[in-house]
Amino acid sequence: MATMTIRDALNQALREELIRDENVFIMGEEVAEYDGAYKVTRGLWKEFGDKRVVDAPITELGFAGLGVGAAMAGLRPVIEFMTWNFSILAADQIINHAAKMLYMSGGEFNIPIVFRGPNGSAYQVSSQHSQALEAMYANFPGLKVVMPSNAADAKGLLKSAIRDDNPVIFMEQERMYGMKAEVPEDEDFTIPLGVADVKREGTDCTIVARSMTVPMALEAAEKIKEQFDVSVEVVDPRTIKPLDIDTIANSVRKTNRLVIVEESHSFASVGAEISHQIMDSAFDYLDAPIKRISTEETPMPYAKNLEALALPSVDKIIAAVKEVCYL
Amino acid sequence: MAEKFLMPKLSPTMEEGQISRWVKKEGESFGANETLAEVDTDKATMEMTALSGGTLLKILKGDGDTAALGEAIAIIGQKGEDISALLSEVSANGKTAAAVAPAKKEEPAPAPQKEAVSAAAAATAPAKVATAPAAVQPQGRLIVSPIAARMAAENNLDLRSVAGSGPNGRIIKRDIEQALAGGGSTAAKAAPSFTPSTVVGASGYREEPTSQMRRVIASRLTESIGPVPTFYLTREIEMDNVLSLRKAINASLPDEQKVSVNDILVKAVAMALQKHPYVNASYQDRTLRFYEQADIGVAVAIDEGLITPVIRGANLKGFVEIGAEVRSLAARARDKKLQPEEYTGATFSVSNLGMFGIKEFTAIINPPEAGILAVGSATPTPVVRDGQIVVRSIMNITMSCDHRVIDGATGAKFLDTLTRMLEQPAMMLA
Repeated sequence: MATMTIRDALNQALREELIRDENVFIMGEEVAEYDGAYKVTRGLWKEFGDKRVVDAPITELGFAGLGVGAAMAGLRPVIEFMTWNFSILAADQIINHAAKMLYMSGGEFNIPIVFRGPNGSAYQVSSQHSQALEAMYANFPGLKVVMPSNAADAKGLLKSAIRDDNPVIFMEQERMYGMKAEVPEDEDFTIPLGVADVKREGTDCTIVARSMTVPMALEAAEKIKEQFDVSVEVVDPRTIKPLDIDTIANSVRKTNRLVIVEESHSFASVGAEISHQIMDSAFDYLDAPIKRISTEETPMPYAKNLEALALPSVDKIIAAVKEVCYL
Repeated sequence: MAEKFLMPKLSPTMEEGQISRWVKKEGESFGANETLAEVDTDKATMEMTALSGGTLLKILKGDGDTAALGEAIAIIGQKGEDISALLSEVSANGKTAAAVAPAKKEEPAPAPQKEAVSAAAAATAPAKVATAPAAVQPQGRLIVSPIAARMAAENNLDLRSVAGSGPNGRIIKRDIEQALAGGGSTAAKAAPSFTPSTVVGASGYREEPTSQMRRVIASRLTESIGPVPTFYLTREIEMDNVLSLRKAINASLPDEQKVSVNDILVKAVAMALQKHPYVNASYQDRTLRFYEQADIGVAVAIDEGLITPVIRGANLKGFVEIGAEVRSLAARARDKKLQPEEYTGATFSVSNLGMFGIKEFTAIINPPEAGILAVGSATPTPVVRDGQIVVRSIMNITMSCDHRVIDGATGAKFLDTLTRMLEQPAMMLA
């Protein structure tokens, strides 16, 4: 084990997979000579050269489509979007081609591609650069959606995503790149897609959080324990699709209360889907209506104070837990 | 914002209320907890208080008018507000929200601020919930969290006996846990406390699932004779010893504390009930409810009818204390000042018409109680004792029994115990 940042854990995963499989290559804006906009690909171009780490022009639809074609030809592309906000330009290639190809070709063409990059808010990058888009991609059959919340998960899940024979949407978080955790250095270390992780055990209330809201939920859980002696369980699904609803439902059956925290907007969100699935599978175990915390229904404000108000926060989580626990 | 002020539920059984008089006038402002009007319910005159401050903008139902539960009786709000829309709405559909309001008013949980009024009694109700669940059971739709409903079903707990502490009176897991824990702990507390002054609120109880046999008895007899299949048991009791006991006690008491035969009778009934749990019980569909203390309803005639104020924990109280309570409750019953919790939730009742010269009669059970005792006059009567004709004060009592709970022999044994306690009052201590 070594302590490292999420950024370095992702870098390690990419490097190990580049070594492990010569069909793996990285492509995106500034990923090669500049070491990546957020330095996730630092050193990889120097080590693996022009053919394995490719700087693309600012043409998201173009290089995403190039990636889909390369995957059809047998390669395993890892396409970096500088942020997921820019993937909207490439949505046709992701949704209409990568996601549909296996089905529409009658099983002829697997698309073993990973689209990755930071998702959600950063620091005052305003409305067009702060969006959390997981619900949009999770809506389409044919796409897997992965959202790690710590360095070990980031490494293990990215390696699984690269080895997966189907398109994977891999969503990181800019605010989290510097967060450190213990990471296994074993090059065979992987975390299977579709398996949730209980980040903290508790008995009175379940919080389902993902990506940036996981550390928030853990901090809230500590404070709630101190202030109200309420024991909170934090479940991180890690993979949004396929969703490990069983782990969440088992937790709710134990605690009888559920708060879902997410960085996306609330309407038709992943939290809304989890809420529905829990109603389907654990309705008889609920003691309170499920509570959801999402980013406010507004384009992200630029102003620092307004941005903070729009996003989920530890205080908002504590208030929600108190509400479902009738405190 | 101006809003309609609806006729609140001021007693558990009321369906409509009559405005006795408005204490506040139109245009007058009021603070939280201030009395707005006095309302005659089916049982008593109640003060209708405001939950939050405001101004009485318009009285819709004047003094003497009657309004159904949930019917708009006034418009309240802030001075100078335009209430024309509300007025036309009220005249258009009269009974606005009548269907919704009664259920909401009964919520035992602290009412949301938006609720404009609540009975003065309702504000004090939650504190009593633990000991008197039956008294606050909502008659409207029960709001229960799924896990609470599931736990109640698994534990054979009647949700109507549980007060909800969640929003809108929602019964939540915590309430079920408390209800399940409460049964045992109140029993443990009740036993050692023999000091009469500790009796507050209605009797706690335990419930046992009804046996198949009891269920068959219940359904067959109900088919035969109506919702409460009643039978009657009559017994003659020699009251001479009670009369001399009363004389001895009263000799040393000031006038205002003197006890009546009825006070001694209430005490004896309570003591006998303690020995016969099936008589101090209630049939509850899937369970039989056994009360821990004997809360005796004492029928009191008033001008407009009849009311049965309750002597809580009569088994724990002395003659003098029972007498004082009966006098105070009866006086307030005649003034129509009884609070709902003072005349509901008895575990057994006594109706005495002896003072009217009635020798023997039958009384009608006040559900969900399982029995009522009809008491006639104690009359000097020639009887045979040891082969000699002697004169004794003979009193006839007839118990009406709910056959779903009490069988003939059960009732007879209870009356036998009661007879022995009255014929030899020392047996009350035995």
